[in-house]
Amino acid sequence: MSETAIVIENLGKRYVIGKQKQGVDGMSHILEGVIRSPGAWLKLRREGKLRQVDFWALRNVSLSMNQGEVVGIIGRNGAGKSTLLKLLSRITVPTEGRFRINGRTASLLEVGTGFHQELTGRENIFLNGAIMGMAHAEIAKKFDQIVDFSEIENFLDTPVKRYSSGMYVRLAFAVAAHLEPEVLIVDEVLAVGDAAFQKKCLGKMENIAQSGRTVLFVSHNMDAVRTLCQRAILFDGGEIRADGHVDTVVEDYFSRFSTSSGQQIRGAYGLAIEQVVLKNDGGQETRQFCPGEDLIIEITFDAQKCLEKPYFILAVRGQKGNCFTANMLLDGHRPKFLNGKGKISCRFKSIPLLPQRYMVQLAIKANNGIDVLMHYEDIGSFIVTADLATYGYKGEFQTRVSEATSVVIPYEWQLPDGTSATVSLSAPVSAI
Amino acid sequence: MNQLVIEAGRTERQYWRDLWRYRELFFFLAWRDFLVRYKQTVVGVSWSVIRPLLTMLILTVVFGKLGKMPSGGSPYPLLVLCGMLPWNFFSTAISDSGNSMVANSSLISKIYFPRLIIGVSSVITSFVDFLISALLMVGLMFWYRFVPPVSALLLPLFTLLAFGASVGIGLWIAALMVKYRDFRFIVPFIVQFGLYLSPVGFKSSIVPDRFRLLYSLNPMVGIIDGFRWSLLGAQNSLYLPALIISIIEVAVILISGVLYFRRTERTFADVI
Repeated sequence: MSETAIVIENLGKRYVIGKQKQGVDGMSHILEGVIRSPGAWLKLRREGKLRQVDFWALRNVSLSMNQGEVVGIIGRNGAGKSTLLKLLSRITVPTEGRFRINGRTASLLEVGTGFHQELTGRENIFLNGAIMGMAHAEIAKKFDQIVDFSEIENFLDTPVKRYSSGMYVRLAFAVAAHLEPEVLIVDEVLAVGDAAFQKKCLGKMENIAQSGRTVLFVSHNMDAVRTLCQRAILFDGGEIRADGHVDTVVEDYFSRFSTSSGQQIRGAYGLAIEQVVLKNDGGQETRQFCPGEDLIIEITFDAQKCLEKPYFILAVRGQKGNCFTANMLLDGHRPKFLNGKGKISCRFKSIPLLPQRYMVQLAIKANNGIDVLMHYEDIGSFIVTADLATYGYKGEFQTRVSEATSVVIPYEWQLPDGTSATVSLSAPVSAI
Repeated sequence: MNQLVIEAGRTERQYWRDLWRYRELFFFLAWRDFLVRYKQTVVGVSWSVIRPLLTMLILTVVFGKLGKMPSGGSPYPLLVLCGMLPWNFFSTAISDSGNSMVANSSLISKIYFPRLIIGVSSVITSFVDFLISALLMVGLMFWYRFVPPVSALLLPLFTLLAFGASVGIGLWIAALMVKYRDFRFIVPFIVQFGLYLSPVGFKSSIVPDRFRLLYSLNPMVGIIDGFRWSLLGAQNSLYLPALIISIIEVAVILISGVLYFRRTERTFADVI
């Protein structure tokens, strides 16, 4: 079974930013323009210059997927991933190009869309099934499986507005997964559920793939992508940047943030991040650190307009969430202004991290602390490598380290027999 | 296995096939709206009888007792109710259906199915309300020991006309509302004025003859007259030009409504 499931040819989606804004603003805007200076307005209109800015969210995308493939779609925010999914799920129509899908498609772009707050779980299963194109009889047949999978049997007759967010995701995923589509499209929805359920969902998706169906999976969780997919496609700026085996593409994704990729990360008000360099104690550029080493993050920015007193927020994120941050909103230190090119850097002292992959994220806020100059963006990544003995770990179950939280600080046990045991990092190793 | 081909600028063919595939959704969405409408209310569905009952009493007092309008022989409450049933159906249908796209914006921006279903199913919801309110009519006829004439058999025809008008105007408003929220303010006006501009509380025969044709441009005039004629009988004689105008108008509005809706629908998710 290696027939093609999806063929995409030259797909593109253009948004007309200016015009659309006008539509939302309503007629008053148009009226205002007409009344103020009718001649000028007409002229502008005829020349089509009326605040119309074209923006290609996706362009020149061609690819094909075989049946039974599980493909991970990765890329930073605004790379075009969601637009692609929206096109494939037919929520919007393409501006150019075409695509072909063999078989039924189910997409889960957001948790619990199609659920109605006031209706019970039972009612919502039927409603949601119908919205996804299932016939009543079909839903009735799979009802028990869906309930079983979502683990909500005790709350079947409770309105979903009283559900916890976890129950919500479980139910939503269960309905979509049991549609038995030939193509399943999943966008970042699993981020909401707990670890156990995430595992269950990934398992279900694996099952779906094994039974010869195709799964498209968008996620920022590279580990999930790596476990689930054999193939990954990296998007950037609305185009495909890499397509291939998941390991190489994910590696590409990580390296793209660092130093010499030559790509800017754009924020608001003409602010851009030109380059991000990670350095160790010795000031050497690296992406590999030892526990107890210092982590220096050096950011080269370019501010086209003078920005007064912005706040920088840096966060180091591990597989289990944020580990630590440097937050100017809290510490109160900030640059007097940003103007033109410049550098700002931050040194985290002796990072107490377990061997894992970590992401560095950056957000920048305006001088009122509220307006966003830049949303949280992944600006770099590094891995920590060390033997577990370095952390003072001598246990028998060291493989469980993957379940541990990323940050370790020294601690001391007082055992019942009066002995004490200290667990701490052995003296910082400068390099391996 | 069914194959889906989407090409820029050519999505029409697929649409009608989808509409058929999703046919059950018409009733699911209507069922949802109906369930939700009376959730957390004490008397529940009774509201669809209580509301028209109270309005009927008020209109009867205002037009029949205070205004001393002619009733043409039949009891005034019956006359009013015959006007109110189609009018209430029409007015709730166009406001609900008009609002339906914006109210379901989360669905529209996240899941695909023919959006036409949302608009039409709101009309179906109002239609169910209409059927329940019709029980009031039956009750009232028993009360007055009024036996409807044979022409009552033609009632479904006028109901269909009211349904068509509701779908047509509802779709127009729904599509326009996505882009121009101004209609959120315009629709309540239409509903409020329409109650007095349409022959709900009075017979259309009180309109002077020379204005009658002009008055009939309101499509609801022909429909309401039709309801009265079929249910109450010959003393509410049918003014044929009004009916013909209504039929033509409904046909035009319905077809143009579907076409306009189809044309704008593809951009709903981008604009909403």
